[in-house]
Amino acid sequence: MSNEISPSVPQNKPQHPAVQIDGVGKSFSGTVALEPVWLKIRQGEFLTLLGPSGCGKTTLLNLIAGFLEADCGELFINRDLVTQVPPHRREIGIVFQNYALFPHMTVAQNVGYGLRTRHVSKAETAERVREALELVKLEDFADRKPNQLSGGQQQRVALARALVIRPKVLLLDEPFSALDRNLRTAMQVELKEIQTRLGLTTVFVTHDQSEALSMSDRIAVMSRGQIRQIGSPTDIYDRPQNQFVSTFVGDANLFSATFVDRDESSVRLTVGATQLQLETYQDDLPELGPVTLFVRPEQCKLTQAGEAGSIPATVALTVYQGSYAEVHLDCAAADNRVMQRVPASEAPIAGTKVGIALPSRGPAIYKLNGEVE
Amino acid sequence: MKKSFFDHLLDWSGRILLTMILGFVLLPFLVVFIASFNDSAILSFPPKNWSLRWYTNAIEYRDFGKGLVNSLKIAAIGATCAMIAGSGFAYVLNRYEFSLKSVLNSILMSPLIIPNFTIGLGLLILSTAASLPRTIWLVIGVHVIIVLPFVIRSVYVSLQNFERRYEQAAESLGASPLRVLLTITLPLLVPGLISGALFAAILSFNEFTASLFVVNQSTQTFPVAMYNYVREYADPTLAAVSVIYVIAVAALLLVVHKFFRLEKVLNVE
Repeated sequence: MSNEISPSVPQNKPQHPAVQIDGVGKSFSGTVALEPVWLKIRQGEFLTLLGPSGCGKTTLLNLIAGFLEADCGELFINRDLVTQVPPHRREIGIVFQNYALFPHMTVAQNVGYGLRTRHVSKAETAERVREALELVKLEDFADRKPNQLSGGQQQRVALARALVIRPKVLLLDEPFSALDRNLRTAMQVELKEIQTRLGLTTVFVTHDQSEALSMSDRIAVMSRGQIRQIGSPTDIYDRPQNQFVSTFVGDANLFSATFVDRDESSVRLTVGATQLQLETYQDDLPELGPVTLFVRPEQCKLTQAGEAGSIPATVALTVYQGSYAEVHLDCAAADNRVMQRVPASEAPIAGTKVGIALPSRGPAIYKLNGEVE
Repeated sequence: MKKSFFDHLLDWSGRILLTMILGFVLLPFLVVFIASFNDSAILSFPPKNWSLRWYTNAIEYRDFGKGLVNSLKIAAIGATCAMIAGSGFAYVLNRYEFSLKSVLNSILMSPLIIPNFTIGLGLLILSTAASLPRTIWLVIGVHVIIVLPFVIRSVYVSLQNFERRYEQAAESLGASPLRVLLTITLPLLVPGLISGALFAAILSFNEFTASLFVVNQSTQTFPVAMYNYVREYADPTLAAVSVIYVIAVAALLLVVHKFFRLEKVLNVE
């Protein structure tokens, strides 16, 4: 669809941010749930708030929805100041984890609820409810009660109910966590399709990194009430800026290293007896001295033992996973076991001495601060 | 797996205990049930001759009929008032934070601590001092005070278990707080409200001590009428009344169960 629009044709989307968060923070009886946060969400963007439970992502979502009142800061939706506006005047669509479908209403009544509150005429309500149910492929279920629907169907109803009011922003609060795996993947694709088609600004809250990586335009990784890094999924996965992001998103192998020297674009380290020179992308490098080296398993390679530049290790066990095998390695220079994925047919047997070759770009170094989660 | 001696012991002692508990609960009713068919005018056990004449007497005795009508009226009006007021208080206590909240809570719960006769006596003195006539409304007032804490608790628990996400979903869809209350909160609380009202009605119907202070000949409740009867006559009429009462309540509960499912109404799911 977007391929047909040449770059010179101006898109008719407004240029101002859909949501602008200026220093919004929140504490609950003295405990800080969210440190003041600055964030601009673009028109039509799918932004994910990713983090472990208690990181403040749900608090931020509730602040955008208006269910919570901010202690400080201002919130704008489409340039309108809404910090003091109650939720029912914010024109926001929301899908909750448990869907919160009204159990005493039929599917059609649920979807039509937001239109009745807006005093839309009966005929138009019926038409728009039909359209919304068509969008989520549930047109035949209009007269069912929520408890007669499967989890996936309930979720579609919740989505239709949120979309029918043509919200300025769509908020999704862990909407997939109650679904089983296969259905979850199918629903993710469907939701992403609908979101792209409608060009709907969406804020998605999840603790599931694979969900975040697969669906988002941008991800804000949060922990302890702060945004730790914000960027595209590739930025977050390939260029994590701190230890928390490295370990929370994706797998990471950790090696104890000594940071010896640096110049403009590269750093020199020693891991055990092995000398390494790595290109770095990091904004902040730690001081020289002992550091921890973070490498994604798929960036490492298993080599023959003793190969130049490789870190010596011993295979502890291999775990067969179908299309690949996980090789767990004992390595003197690593804090924990190192994990590598190799094609199942190439899996070495336990006890084999091997080398781990690191890539020259990709790994990151941090000073450990006990924040690994 | 083979059962050990102890398993058998536990098995049997459990059964015996269960039987004893059932017997303990049902025995009084069984005795009353048998006694109600005793032909003799003295409450004696076991009966020698059988008769239904006490049932006739119970139905024909005019004070019982009047007392029953009074009690039903009081229970119905009192429970309705208590439900409306109690729901309001429960809502305020559950949803709002204010400085005198614990004080309000204590005041509302105080009828649980103050004995019923004190409440009855207090209102009797008060109504005399204010020269209020001792109408049925005075009795209803006393009953509302007594059952209010129970209604508040019942509705409060329902509110506590209420999924706030329903209200938030409705709000996000543009419903004002009043609209949320009328279209989401209240309809979903109906089982809790019915449970509270039913509980209040049963308590009110059984209430005796406080009523004794505030009724007169024309406003006497069913339990007071029974008390007055037993002061004058010691025949098995009251046994017959008890049997009729138990059967009537059982029938009522069956009907409630059929339409609302009792577990839901009694909040024991």
